[in-house]
Amino acid sequence: PLLSPSPPAFNLSQEGLVPSRRLGNVRGAAGPPSPPGRRARPPAPGAGRLSGAAREELRRRLLGLIEGHRVVIFSKTYCPHSTRVKELFSSLGVDCNILELDQVDEGASVQEALSEITSQRTVPSVFVNRVHVGGCDHTFQAHQSGLLQQLLQQDPAYDYDLIVIGGGSGGLSCAQEAAVLGRKVMVLDFVVPSPRGTAWGLGGTCVNVGCIPKKLMHQAALLGQALTDSRKFGWEYSQQVRHSWATMTEAIQSHIGSLSWSHRLALREKAVTYVNSYGEFVEHHKVKATNEKGQEALYTAAKFVIATGERPRYLGIPGDREYCVTSDDLFSLPYCPGETLVVGASYVALECAGFLAGLGLEVTVMVRSVLLRGFDQEMAEKVGASMQQLGVRFLRKFVPVEVQQLERGLPGRLKVVAKSTEGTETIEGIYNTVLLAIGRDSCTKKLGLEKIGVNVSEKTGKIPVNDEEQTSVPYVYAVGDVLEGKPQLTPVAVQAGKLLARRLFGGRSEKCDYVNVPTVVFTPLEYGCCGYSEEKAGEVYQAENLNVYHTLFWPLEWTVAGRDNNTCYAKIICNKLDNDRVIGFHVLGPNAGEITQGFAAAMKCGLTKQLLDDTIGIHPTCGEVFTTLEITKASGLDITQKGC
Amino acid sequence: MDGRQCYDLLVIGGGSGGLACAKEAAQLGKKVAVVDYVEPSPRGTRWGLGGTCVNVGCIPKKLMHQAALLGGMIRDAPHYGWGVAQAPHSWATLADAVQNHVKSLNWGHRVQLQDRKVKYFNVKASFVDTHTVCGVSKGGEETLLSAEHIVIATGGRPRYPTHIEGALEYGITSDDLFWLKESPGKTLVVGASYVALECAGLLTGLGLDTTVMIRSVPLRAFDQQMASLVTEHMAGHGTRILRGCAPEKVEKLPGQQLRVTWVDLTSDRKDAGTFDTVLWAIGRVPETASLNLEKAGVHTNPVTGKILVDAQEATSVPHIYAIGDVAEGRPELTPTAIMAGRLLAQRLSGRTSDLMDYSSVPTTVFTPLEYGCVGLSEEAAVARHGEEHVEVYHAFYKPLEFTVPQRDASQCYIKMVCLREPHSWCWACTSAQHGEVIQGFALGIKCGASYQQLMRTVGIHPTCAEEVAKLRISKRSGLDPTVTGC
Repeated sequence: PLLSPSPPAFNLSQEGLVPSRRLGNVRGAAGPPSPPGRRARPPAPGAGRLSGAAREELRRRLLGLIEGHRVVIFSKTYCPHSTRVKELFSSLGVDCNILELDQVDEGASVQEALSEITSQRTVPSVFVNRVHVGGCDHTFQAHQSGLLQQLLQQDPAYDYDLIVIGGGSGGLSCAQEAAVLGRKVMVLDFVVPSPRGTAWGLGGTCVNVGCIPKKLMHQAALLGQALTDSRKFGWEYSQQVRHSWATMTEAIQSHIGSLSWSHRLALREKAVTYVNSYGEFVEHHKVKATNEKGQEALYTAAKFVIATGERPRYLGIPGDREYCVTSDDLFSLPYCPGETLVVGASYVALECAGFLAGLGLEVTVMVRSVLLRGFDQEMAEKVGASMQQLGVRFLRKFVPVEVQQLERGLPGRLKVVAKSTEGTETIEGIYNTVLLAIGRDSCTKKLGLEKIGVNVSEKTGKIPVNDEEQTSVPYVYAVGDVLEGKPQLTPVAVQAGKLLARRLFGGRSEKCDYVNVPTVVFTPLEYGCCGYSEEKAGEVYQAENLNVYHTLFWPLEWTVAGRDNNTCYAKIICNKLDNDRVIGFHVLGPNAGEITQGFAAAMKCGLTKQLLDDTIGIHPTCGEVFTTLEITKASGLDITQKGC
Repeated sequence: MDGRQCYDLLVIGGGSGGLACAKEAAQLGKKVAVVDYVEPSPRGTRWGLGGTCVNVGCIPKKLMHQAALLGGMIRDAPHYGWGVAQAPHSWATLADAVQNHVKSLNWGHRVQLQDRKVKYFNVKASFVDTHTVCGVSKGGEETLLSAEHIVIATGGRPRYPTHIEGALEYGITSDDLFWLKESPGKTLVVGASYVALECAGLLTGLGLDTTVMIRSVPLRAFDQQMASLVTEHMAGHGTRILRGCAPEKVEKLPGQQLRVTWVDLTSDRKDAGTFDTVLWAIGRVPETASLNLEKAGVHTNPVTGKILVDAQEATSVPHIYAIGDVAEGRPELTPTAIMAGRLLAQRLSGRTSDLMDYSSVPTTVFTPLEYGCVGLSEEAAVARHGEEHVEVYHAFYKPLEFTVPQRDASQCYIKMVCLREPHSWCWACTSAQHGEVIQGFALGIKCGASYQQLMRTVGIHPTCAEEVAKLRISKRSGLDPTVTGC
């Protein structure tokens, strides 16, 4: 049970708090040091100068520390009393976690906060199983009276070391890592059926109703394109090729079933208790778990991780819950959706619209304002244009106001009434299926969070956490899509969950790095990006300090296939004031997903334009286009490809 | 000096390197000429401006590779719901499409030279003296060209095993394959180079009965574990691989077919087979024979025949340079030749003094399972730094797209070769499956990425490339590197 601490904001750094299995082992299991310059160390503020919020934050961290460990000693390296206490625990063979207040920048603030908690002003200050034993004398007295041994032997009163609520990517990775580190862990996962009655197994959004089925349907659509291409490449088949929705969804659902099963298996192998019940807090350190049949059970744990993710949002208009589907339903829809209206312009909306069109369906996308909000808008418009080329129809600046059923059936027929966002115009359309993809809401409302005082953002319903994923309640953490202001991506949640478990139970200090996270939109023409959008870069660095290099490109495979030579686009944004460092990377083209990853790694390592120029391309690939970027946007030069 | 034309720069050879150098120099205000002449192959194949890459290399190769991949996608498609049966393949349609694209590129190169006012001569060049070259046209007309600087960029051509009876008469090479009007039919590919494996892979993928005959090891100089995964995959997907065999003679049978006799080098047993086509891919020879290099005093390596160059790309004659495949010790890759050519032109114009950096050049072998790499092979890393200093992280993974059609992924593999503590610089990164993956990581390595830094990169889900960012298992640990779950 090593712990390692520490928010850079307060610099309870790993040098300060050391796990010690034996006396003298004062330097130990620190994580890898951060690269220079990453961790700014502002001058330590004096105790009295901490703001109210900062003081509260420090107090929360200290309580987290004390709650989370069997023995915590606040000490100073030069203090002989502290040394005696440390020797005592060492002679008892007890692991303890030590924070050396003279080794951390804000030691004085810590001492101040401690005195508020314990009304003891001096070190050493000793906590055993959350009980404040006191200073050196008190600790030795407790030892002599046997009280200390009693305290030490006190079983933590909890059923589990960790209960994770939510069995998605983040929750599972955290639970498994904690179990690997020897902790007793429970996962509570329960999928509330969608309004259309769709439910699924363990694994969360990504596996069941997200990345995995989405990418497979995207692949099915790409294969449709490949079939068309293949004639030009000499493959001869004359028959009209039709697509069977049922064959595809069965294959995909069977793969998902195997993934869900392997998650179950992995939990069992790692001795994580998995309960298919809905978890909600009823009091501090206690959750109520309700299963499908309504049977309830209570479980307690020392720590909790909330990883309940999000579910698709509904419009709140007549007919939406009754007749519309969301991405929760689409991937297991037992019938072909037919002519589809996709409402929304999120990446989910565009991805679904893209593969449905690729499978040969008539698709219309109704967009309230901009495409792919938050993404680079030039790229977003190009994504939209590439979809239009594939036959997707866009209705811009309209919102649905009512959905009526005209005919039942699989699929039935629905009438959608929409009104303009700019005027009074209303339009009507008839579709077989209406797919809502207007956003997602966090599953934080019915978790009993208010009972234990976990702060939830009123506006977003998301949970604010500090840089260690800790909520306003020290023993409660959160990872994944429920977090406020963090990227909502599976690999981010997986990484955050794993690192959190290592910090809580593995004596490590590495934090999840949410900067320069690459992401890819799997529209028919994929869009990969990492770092800043052009708009954001302009806000942060001023447009005149940026060099934007860009070009259109024509993938070699598209030449013979006879596809358009001015659709694929590559763009990088460089900061002139920092050696032309690449701060934004954007690519629209086939296999953007595979291309972007390595560039993201290079950006982590300080990629500059010069390095791009010095690197040799791989010929003939799409990725090589980034090694020969010459034209800046500012130059206004022509970037169209003329034939070859 | 009658009829002699003078230039600032004369480039001999209109391939990737030569053209890049010529265009760059012209852009920078030099008076430039390019001479290019394609000696027909022994089978009579000839082509236009652009050199190996455009005409008989990367471009037609990758397009035919794509055609083969599309064949695999047609097989996958029914699993994804597409009602399509396996289709026959028409070589003629593919060849026509590929050749049309190549011809449009030839034309594009001509136009670009014109646009940049580079004078182009379709003549065969040989040195007269250190500053003068004589060009002979197809019709036998001679032109004298002299220049202050001369760049030799004549590249290489496939080697024929002339000691084998019938090799020259009946065999073809990659110079001919992409220009065949009719399907090569049942083919024997001789050689273990990447050219051999790529050709055999694409022919197999197009549905042809294909055999590769390898004398010793495949993809020498590449990482050998990766090489064996590549050949394993090919063998598992229909390519017949004859290891440790060497051909002895090729005879023509009455019905146009070829009978090849070979010897198994381990057992010394002879064997024979009948093929429609025999393709030699046993290596390439630099194209220097007709240049009269001795007249100019340009030195070559007597073993390889390649032109000796220094870091400035200069030959033994300071104002004569050599770039691309004809230069000794350079990677035989289009983008390296292009960059070397451009940098050389910039140096000659006084625009820079930057030298070409030939280290950490990424490359991809477009076998059916693509193999991308950058940096050192595991063997080279161990040889250079000692096994105790090298840490290899690796993983076997299954691309998501393979799951639905239940494709075999047992050769999808990634490894990263790193220096151990204290720095953990990572040198090499190799992966099988996707050629696009490696480019960005090549940059990372160029940036001096450490293993730890790469591991801090968040993956893109679900892609193959994300597996690189998840490499946690070292070979030394002995743990099972098979990626399970999601």
